[in-house]
Amino acid sequence: MSISFTFNGRPLEASAGQSVGAALTSNGFTAWRSTRKGGRPRGLFCGIGVCFDCLVTVDGDANQRACLAEVRDGMVVDGVEPLEGDRT
Amino acid sequence: MTEHVVQVDIFWADVAVVGAGPAGLAAAVAAAEAGASVAVVDSAAQPGGQYWRHRPETVIPDPDGRGHHDWDVYLDLRSRFDAARTRGAITYLPGRSVWMAQKHDDGFTLRTTPTLASPTPVATPTLASPTPVAVRGRRLVLCTGGYDRQLPVPGWDLPGVMAAGGIQAFIKANGSLPGRRFVIAGTGPFLLPVAAGIAEAGGTVVAVLEASAPSAWLPHLRAAVGVPEKALEGAGYAATFARHRIPYRTRSVVTEVLGENRAHAVRTARVDSAGRVRPGSERVYDDVDVVGFGWGFTPQLELPVSLGVATRIDADGSLVGVVDSRQESSVPGLFLAGEVTGVGGAALAVLEGLAAGGAAADGTGAPPSSAILPPKAAARAERHRRFARAMHQAHPVPAAWSEWLTPETTVCRCEEVTAGEITAARSELGAADSRSLKSFTRAGMGWCQGRVCGFAASCLAAGNSHPSEPSLAASAKRPLAAPVSIGELAALNDADY
Repeated sequence: MSISFTFNGRPLEASAGQSVGAALTSNGFTAWRSTRKGGRPRGLFCGIGVCFDCLVTVDGDANQRACLAEVRDGMVVDGVEPLEGDRT
Repeated sequence: MTEHVVQVDIFWADVAVVGAGPAGLAAAVAAAEAGASVAVVDSAAQPGGQYWRHRPETVIPDPDGRGHHDWDVYLDLRSRFDAARTRGAITYLPGRSVWMAQKHDDGFTLRTTPTLASPTPVATPTLASPTPVAVRGRRLVLCTGGYDRQLPVPGWDLPGVMAAGGIQAFIKANGSLPGRRFVIAGTGPFLLPVAAGIAEAGGTVVAVLEASAPSAWLPHLRAAVGVPEKALEGAGYAATFARHRIPYRTRSVVTEVLGENRAHAVRTARVDSAGRVRPGSERVYDDVDVVGFGWGFTPQLELPVSLGVATRIDADGSLVGVVDSRQESSVPGLFLAGEVTGVGGAALAVLEGLAAGGAAADGTGAPPSSAILPPKAAARAERHRRFARAMHQAHPVPAAWSEWLTPETTVCRCEEVTAGEITAARSELGAADSRSLKSFTRAGMGWCQGRVCGFAASCLAAGNSHPSEPSLAASAKRPLAAPVSIGELAALNDADY
């Protein structure tokens, strides 16, 4: 089953039951956070909720782990995208 | 200003269990079947842990277990778990993380917080409570598992680099792949199922790089034949590797992940038994979009450490909890099962969970039961432990791994502390353990609280690949075991228990 969500206002599709991280990855995004010090892009790393690298804002709640949160229909996801051209 | 009045619910049980993976499920089932009332707190939304992680049951209510090992064991434990829940013997609290555990004269209190701000609906009804839930158990069984151990390498902080176990978790939880072309590197038999899983899901495994060599197993063959199912499992992976033409290169490592703002390629090299790069052996694999690293596992030890259990360094160099044959730790009434007592795999974790759950139920008012494993199961557990020891010895963290670093290499991903800053803290400020390193450089002070860099930082501080027990214990000391809101902390003032 396909569901719709937005990432930084952009409408996207995902499969029901996917994690937010998987939904972003399958839409071609590998990074959605920027580090505090070096401004470096970050996305999924440990994949199981340990490293907190994949933090993203979900429906207004900041600092949610994209690897654990399940994407839902109508979900509003916000993060820091890397510059154009860095995507897959 | 709205005043936050938070009702703190306390749930009382004979036995509290943390974790619902192989060890936690087994412990809960054993305790419940011995007549105890059981509460299970798990950070995930559904049972299974990392090993039996599967797609959300809200979407796939009846998973077929494809890509899983011992799925029949899971189904058996799960049906007993569900049956115990139905008759009220087990209360299951999914989607909650324990952020603090406390010991009292007559038991333990676990303070929990939602893992996610707006938790995913679960397939089966549960105690729905928007407020912090504390669990009080006369006995406590900690089955918190572990996660991939990491060694930093230049470029490992680029998007596209993942923990090997994270790739596997992605596939198990989503039924899809996090990329197209993968390189899997590190050491240990776990790299095999990760690569096989990628190939079977339709991905291309460009190479699997194993730092050790098959000959490292030769001194340990006796231990290996003691667990014949591991050989069968290995033969299965060999067949998958042949079918998908996956190159498996031993004595090989990734020395650098290449890319500007994401991983595009890896530089690899052949190494000697200490992990020193053989000059002239370097090569580049292009067109790689996911790199998976796994250097064994790190047991999740902050809750046992915070409760004061005696610890030791296991054969793989990990900090683990000391237990007796009943899985009881040095803290009376506190039991440990699974990877927290030594990384040994799911089959051993189940046996330990059964022993711990049975022993924890004994004397909680439950009728006396066979608390200790029957002799055959105990012998099986011992064979698995011997196998695990052999595996750890055959797949060590390479002694010279830090030679792959440059001064600019990020070691602490959260606080962005470089290898150069860490060596400077060591040579100029005398930081020889994780604790002083933390105060001088902030390594281990960020979101992950040193879970990812703790082992590596301890190695760099010590100047070797065998961090000391105090250094690893200091790194595992995390007063808050999970991020918790100010509101939940404030509510503690009113909680008189």
